[in-house]
Amino acid sequence: MPKTEPQTTDTTTAAEAPKTTASHRASGNRAADLFRSVPGPLIGLVVIFIAMSFLSPFFLSFRNLINIISQVSDIGVMAVGAAMVIIIGGIDLSVGSTLAFSMMTMAWVYKIQGLPFPVAILIGLLIGALVGLINGLLSTYARIQPFVATLATMSAAAGLALFITNGNPVTQFPDWFSSLTDTFLGLPVEGIILVATYLIAAFWLRFRPSGRALYAIGGNEEVARLSGINVRALKVRVYVTAGVLASVAGLLVVSRLDSAAPTAGAADLLNVIAVVVIGGASLAGGSGTMFGTFIGLLIIGTLNNGMSLLNVSPNLQPVVIGIAIIVAVLLDRGGLKARGA
Amino acid sequence: MSAAGLVCTQLTKSFGPVTVLKGIDFTVPHGKVIGLIGENGAGKSTLSSLITGVHRPDSGSMTIDGKPYSPTTPGDALAAGVVLIHQEIRLLPELTVAENIFLGRLPRKGGRIDRQRMYDESHAVLELLGAHVDPNRQVKGLSMAVQQEIEIAKAITRKPRYIIFDEPSASLGGNETERVLDQIRVLRDQGAGVVYISHRLDEVREVADGIVCLRDGQRVAGWDTGDVPTADLVNAMVGREFTYEHVAPEPAHDHRVLEVRGLGRRGVFADINFAVDAGEVFGIAGLVGAGRTETVRCIAGADRADTGDVVVDGKKINAHTPRAAIKAGIVMVPEDRKGQGLNLDRTASENVTLPWERLLAKTGLVTRGIVRAAGEKLSGELDIRGRMGLPVKSMSGGNQQKVLLGKWLVEKPTVFIVDEPTRGVDVGAKMAIYEIIRGLAADGVAVVVVSSELEEVLGLAHRVMVMSGGRQQGILSREEATPQAVMALAVANTSTDDPAYTEDHPVSAGTRQEG
Repeated sequence: MPKTEPQTTDTTTAAEAPKTTASHRASGNRAADLFRSVPGPLIGLVVIFIAMSFLSPFFLSFRNLINIISQVSDIGVMAVGAAMVIIIGGIDLSVGSTLAFSMMTMAWVYKIQGLPFPVAILIGLLIGALVGLINGLLSTYARIQPFVATLATMSAAAGLALFITNGNPVTQFPDWFSSLTDTFLGLPVEGIILVATYLIAAFWLRFRPSGRALYAIGGNEEVARLSGINVRALKVRVYVTAGVLASVAGLLVVSRLDSAAPTAGAADLLNVIAVVVIGGASLAGGSGTMFGTFIGLLIIGTLNNGMSLLNVSPNLQPVVIGIAIIVAVLLDRGGLKARGA
Repeated sequence: MSAAGLVCTQLTKSFGPVTVLKGIDFTVPHGKVIGLIGENGAGKSTLSSLITGVHRPDSGSMTIDGKPYSPTTPGDALAAGVVLIHQEIRLLPELTVAENIFLGRLPRKGGRIDRQRMYDESHAVLELLGAHVDPNRQVKGLSMAVQQEIEIAKAITRKPRYIIFDEPSASLGGNETERVLDQIRVLRDQGAGVVYISHRLDEVREVADGIVCLRDGQRVAGWDTGDVPTADLVNAMVGREFTYEHVAPEPAHDHRVLEVRGLGRRGVFADINFAVDAGEVFGIAGLVGAGRTETVRCIAGADRADTGDVVVDGKKINAHTPRAAIKAGIVMVPEDRKGQGLNLDRTASENVTLPWERLLAKTGLVTRGIVRAAGEKLSGELDIRGRMGLPVKSMSGGNQQKVLLGKWLVEKPTVFIVDEPTRGVDVGAKMAIYEIIRGLAADGVAVVVVSSELEEVLGLAHRVMVMSGGRQQGILSREEATPQAVMALAVANTSTDDPAYTEDHPVSAGTRQEG
């Protein structure tokens, strides 16, 4: 019975508080404010960038920067889907396996069944959508926690990827397909696809009612539902999108390597989640942006690229990524406090 | 003589700026049952939380048999022999009955659990209570009534000297309640002092040897016998003058907007019928657990009704989702601001536009300007003090509540349902919220107000429906709806009057919500 009372605070002080901070801000230190409004991940990226350009003479070449983008394009496309899933308070463990499964299906349809390549691509994308649909239905209508539901589909999709060609890789795709990873007007086509994916996703999350609703769902699902948002349908849509984007990432991998191997994508899951977390999203849901995720992607890409240039042992590179995750999360929390949230 | 038993002297307790207990004197002698009654929010639960060490009093003292007693934790209270039997059942379903009874103090022999002793003692105490349940059985799957008995058994094995029952019958039917009352008599006859808190006055009168009534945190009446006329008890519970009158002008009654026909949800409420005209404020009163919130949630599509129809402007709606209800013009302001109403981390503007973004986005794009404009407009209309561009949690409770109401007024609704419109807000904000509700009705909206505060419902509504035990007990006009008349209906004990109800539709604790 008495649990309602503590929420009541004095009206006058609450009303005056914003006023005082406002006047303080006007007279106060603009530069510090500006600095504080810059997202933490961006500062981190700039620091890493400057450090790397001093440490390696090759780092700051145009060719190397293009390389960074190309190297992370598949992870980056998957991270867009993963970020959306994390914004609605879910998690998708199946991205890497979905990539492999849809890629192997596409290769099988083209090489073994002999269907035209565009049809094979379409079927590959449909497979991604299907895995996403299953993830979505399991975690909404069947009320299975997304961690468990996508753990199951991760296992199943990985198995199917191996089963479909009996574990054998498939090679030699049409020539025009590998041009996806060529350059266009000096820019890598996969980089253009990557940036376009981020822009479209950012637009949806920012300006479209359904995209904006993802934050409401992640923040408090019951509030969103009572506000008339079709929570379950929207969640399914997000998982399907994540599945399709994993297939697109698979296409980029095939185009780059001219080969589809069933074990591709196995190591991608943790990188994808690392990108989203370094980008400032919270696994609790309700927060995260496409801009932040893109910065997170560049941080991971720059670190990996820089460490290779500096001949850091590949075995040590994941350790650095691990440290980066912790630093990013701690900085983010500090930044929130400084902004008075 | 005066020092015998548990004696509370001048207990006072505040939560934040609100004083919920003001100088309470309260005595529980050995071998007596004291009934503790009062409206929602009168301070009954707070008093029991002080006695059982959940909270500490700001001032005042307690003694047991003349010795000072000042528990700082529930553990202290248990050590002193004071046990609370909570209204919600808190058993671990995966453990056996005996394990639950001895949870945290399993009997041991040579470093191992003495299962035989645990079984024997559990069996003995359950037999004493007349509960025939195998102590080695899992709790999972047992009925509410049996679980309640296990809670009581758990309390008894601690050999308490004082036992507080906080609404033990809230989730029980008639026969089951009768057994709980029998068990209380057993405890009393063994010399324990019992406090019995209940909304059901008939039960209190039946079992109590003395009754104390609280109102607004004060002790307003006490009797040394349980044999007090119900009317006297009701008068003591409500007897105050009304300070607020915010009733909207009498509607023309020429346009029936909302009609609810035979609405029911299995195990929760049944057979609800009422109609609301344009410009009318319709109140729903009742005690905690009467089924008010559950009823309006079904009307607004938040839950699914099993039977009956909801008709708006002559069209059958029967919304299965809030989305469908909102489309039909039915909006509901939920009772739980934080859990159901607002996302406190997001800005006030973003919160209010959330249900309406599809409508507001004329070009299909929701820009920052659209959100800001909607927020500022509302802020002006409802006099919300605080910046709409800041997270809602930066605002005071009263302004948060205005934001919550405003969220459902961005587009003018046809039916406006509000559940506990002024929960946790100060008096100034309360008045402002009453004015908002009054203004809506004057504007031709059909308004439904659910409130646990009697004076709130009576001050706002043209007509009041009173609910109890998941049934509507009557609809009173403004003239008929005196506090006494409403309270008399609200404490009506449906479960014994209507055997069909207890057999087929027990109000289950799982679905019951406060309000």
